[in-house]
Amino acid sequence: MKVANQKVTAERLVRDALEKAKHFADYNIFTFLNEEGAIKKAKEIDAKIARGEKVGRLAGVPYALKDNFLSPEGQTTASAHILEGFVSPITSTAVEKLEAEGAIMIGRTNMDAFAHGSSTENSYFGPTLNACDKNCVAGGSSGGSAVAVALDIVEFATGTDTGGSIRQPASFNGVYGLKPTYGTISRYGVVAMASSTDCIGFFTKTPDDMDLLMDIASGQDPKDLTTLPDYYGLANVSNSSFETVSREPYEASEESEPRDGGRERTWSRMENCRIGIIKDFDNESVRPEIRQALKNKIESLKSKGHEIVELEMPTLKYALAAYYIIVPAEIASNLSRYDGIRYGFRSEKAEDLNALYKNTRSEGFMPENKRRIMIGNFVLSSGFYDAYFLKAAKARTLIVKEYEKAFEKCDFILTPVSPNPAFKLGEKVNDPVAMYLEDMMSVSLNLAGLPGLAIPTGKTESGLALGLQLVGPRRSDKSLIEFSKELI
Amino acid sequence: MKYIPTIGVECHVQLCTKTKLFSEVDNDARGKEPNSCVSPVDYALPGMLPRLNGEAIRFAILAGKAMNCKINNYSRFDRKHYFYPDSPKGYQITQFYHPIIGEGYVDLPSGERVRIEHAHLEGDAGKLTHFDKYSLVDLNRVDTPLIEIVSMPDIHSAKDAHDYCKELWRLMCFTGVTNGDLYNGNMRFDVNTSIAPEGSNELGTRTEVKNLNSFRSVERAIEYEIARQTKVLKSGEKVIQETRGWNDATGKTTGQRSKEEAKDYRYMPEPDLPPINLTQEFIDTEAAKLPMMPSEYKAKFAGIIADDTLEVLLDYPELMKKLGEISAGDDSSETVSREPYEASEESEPRDGEREQTLSKKNVSALKLLSNLFASVLLAEEKSAEYLNDLPTAMELSELAEMNEKKELSSTATKEVFLRLFDPQMKGRGTKNIAKELGLIQENDLDALEAIVDTVLAKPETQKAQDDFRNGEEKVIGFLVGQVMKESHGKANPSAVQEILRKKLK
Repeated sequence: MKVANQKVTAERLVRDALEKAKHFADYNIFTFLNEEGAIKKAKEIDAKIARGEKVGRLAGVPYALKDNFLSPEGQTTASAHILEGFVSPITSTAVEKLEAEGAIMIGRTNMDAFAHGSSTENSYFGPTLNACDKNCVAGGSSGGSAVAVALDIVEFATGTDTGGSIRQPASFNGVYGLKPTYGTISRYGVVAMASSTDCIGFFTKTPDDMDLLMDIASGQDPKDLTTLPDYYGLANVSNSSFETVSREPYEASEESEPRDGGRERTWSRMENCRIGIIKDFDNESVRPEIRQALKNKIESLKSKGHEIVELEMPTLKYALAAYYIIVPAEIASNLSRYDGIRYGFRSEKAEDLNALYKNTRSEGFMPENKRRIMIGNFVLSSGFYDAYFLKAAKARTLIVKEYEKAFEKCDFILTPVSPNPAFKLGEKVNDPVAMYLEDMMSVSLNLAGLPGLAIPTGKTESGLALGLQLVGPRRSDKSLIEFSKELI
Repeated sequence: MKYIPTIGVECHVQLCTKTKLFSEVDNDARGKEPNSCVSPVDYALPGMLPRLNGEAIRFAILAGKAMNCKINNYSRFDRKHYFYPDSPKGYQITQFYHPIIGEGYVDLPSGERVRIEHAHLEGDAGKLTHFDKYSLVDLNRVDTPLIEIVSMPDIHSAKDAHDYCKELWRLMCFTGVTNGDLYNGNMRFDVNTSIAPEGSNELGTRTEVKNLNSFRSVERAIEYEIARQTKVLKSGEKVIQETRGWNDATGKTTGQRSKEEAKDYRYMPEPDLPPINLTQEFIDTEAAKLPMMPSEYKAKFAGIIADDTLEVLLDYPELMKKLGEISAGDDSSETVSREPYEASEESEPRDGEREQTLSKKNVSALKLLSNLFASVLLAEEKSAEYLNDLPTAMELSELAEMNEKKELSSTATKEVFLRLFDPQMKGRGTKNIAKELGLIQENDLDALEAIVDTVLAKPETQKAQDDFRNGEEKVIGFLVGQVMKESHGKANPSAVQEILRKKLK
């Protein structure tokens, strides 16, 4: 990562990034370019360097911010019409931590409105184009952030991952994308999608950059009671197998949680690891190029002395169904606050209270938002709660347990991120189920609260990016990043 | 046919925690600008997450204990969804599935026992003020912590419902978890009433009257509902399950929302708040902080303070607490403030006697002070203000002692008593105030005798002396008056009369 110093000024780095952002304007990556603010901050950092003062680990590093992170710079809209005009008085914890180290936000990136989608086509600002092929989707929901890093506009970008929204666009554009263990990075000040699965993460060009960002952004936050006690980068306890905590994501950070520091296994040497492969994911519905890429990696890992373990995980096939009950329920609830009363967009047609609610929400939400609100409210309705929400919650517990069992047999699991590489723009917009199926390999991690790292793995013959996903037990985030180097 | 009413009460208690239930903003909005006690969390900005106020948990434990309830080691929050401008998040955070307070009971003065089904923590809603063409929203009250206490349908008369609500109010006030200001909605009651023919095993269809904020309105609304439902049934019709509103001016309830129109709140576990896991040790430690409850005061003061006086004073926890302190007398926490006064006491009684002496002294002090509280203090215009800042137990005990020793006449006692509450006199000490006002009576018999002699030597009293010796009893009043005048009102009149009688024999 290029950091500002005596030789390269922050202003140079920032101006270059802004220049590139404008050059790639046709990709529709940014919803806001922070020209004035970024250059002002860069000058401040340069002045500090000139005075010989200490600067942070990300001094002058330009980055792109997904549009659902609150900060007073530009409007925070989550690419949704209903938040049009909203300038936040609050800065999210993640942004605070990055900027405290000197990182400079050069722009906010496009996304599916409220992060609902897998292609960034559900944005109020129109789709972002794929970095490898402009006829294809960027993936989503963090499409803008992935493309901003893939096109080398910025050194890194933030993302949120509720069901694959970091990993899938990372693999569609050929960059690293990490969804950390649930509760590793504070959600405070990030527009909520589904509280029990939302994770804050990053897009980078290298594993080392990812490690540095995790070290900076992770940690317990009193403003987010679901954050875990600090663990990232802390010394390991033992070199035996990973500790497996059987606990629902809801219960992630109880007060009773012992604050005994790190419990993660740190790998002194990435040798003789056991890598799990999920048998069910190797089938006809997965594109041959992706299956081939996985096979190649397996051979390469074997040749490096790692052991391959075949896993049977029969409950994973229920993950998508459980996900599309639990997540819409939380979405419907979390989107209730957008009512046109206190901030954001308000419909002109508001002759009475009911009309104000109905018209504001009808005009302000995208079709996909409305679809999920309706599903969510349906599954929570009195009389349906037990049949849908409660059953899905039980399935979730089974998935958590199945992963725990799997990690008794292996150290990491290697799977595709999605069954297909980037698809054509417009191809799946009118087929929501086909779109949801793109998430089938990513959502189970969110339900189980596990970390997953998307790793670029070459290209298809037509030049589309391919990615694989490395999955680890809870709190294995650092090892995950470290081990990913074995796959290069 | 005779109908038996069955009543259940839901009571909302606003907790007087320092900050709100889910944010660090001031929870006391009294006298503050609308929307000035609102955090970004209460305002429901995007990306805001609730934090949990530990004080509210501790208050819930106290409130639960006051109602003899089980405190649950595991509890959790849920979201209750509805759209209204008083609810910025679009849902209320409450405890639907796993409340913090479990089963318990409250005993009424009549001896009836009302079982508590459960009680839970939740956030209050904001306040709307409606105008002709618009409404104004004040979010100061949003997420003020509430405890909702749900009774079992154990109540069978409007009077008992009244007494139950009043008892709850007393219990909550004595625990100190609420300011208990009914006028400002610190406690609000929803009553469910149904009637069924006597001897029937089934309950009738119930109606719910919401948002009653006085014991009297609880009683009246139930009386009205019983009469209304009886009339409906007697005319052969059916009672409709519905929510009804109470109009205090007309004394009537009117239908608002039937069961069919009832809202579906789409309850869901609150994913932003981890469950509350309380260790038994923590619960026990907190529960041990429960102060004395009304029933304990009643037992303690029975036979000392008159029943009707006690009944009045039990509405004022701060006064009962003060009487408790006074009865404790040698409370170690007071030894420091007590020292300066002790210097003036004749001699320290020995240990064994001390207990005896104190309790005897305390009994008369309690009698005097409970009467002064009930008939003098509470009659004062400024009593509400005075109640916020009571004199110390030592000051009050000393007042009682001076009265007992006849250093203060009963009129002077009342006057000094009131001065003890006067912000301008505060902290000066009872004796000093009495001295400054010149109200201390002369009890020194030698000194009094000297004054009496002076008066008797005066020519203008000679006739009266003769008249008295000739059997005209009533002229003694004139002579006492002369002595009082001579002593500038400081003489103890009964002592003066005694001396006079002796001298004029």
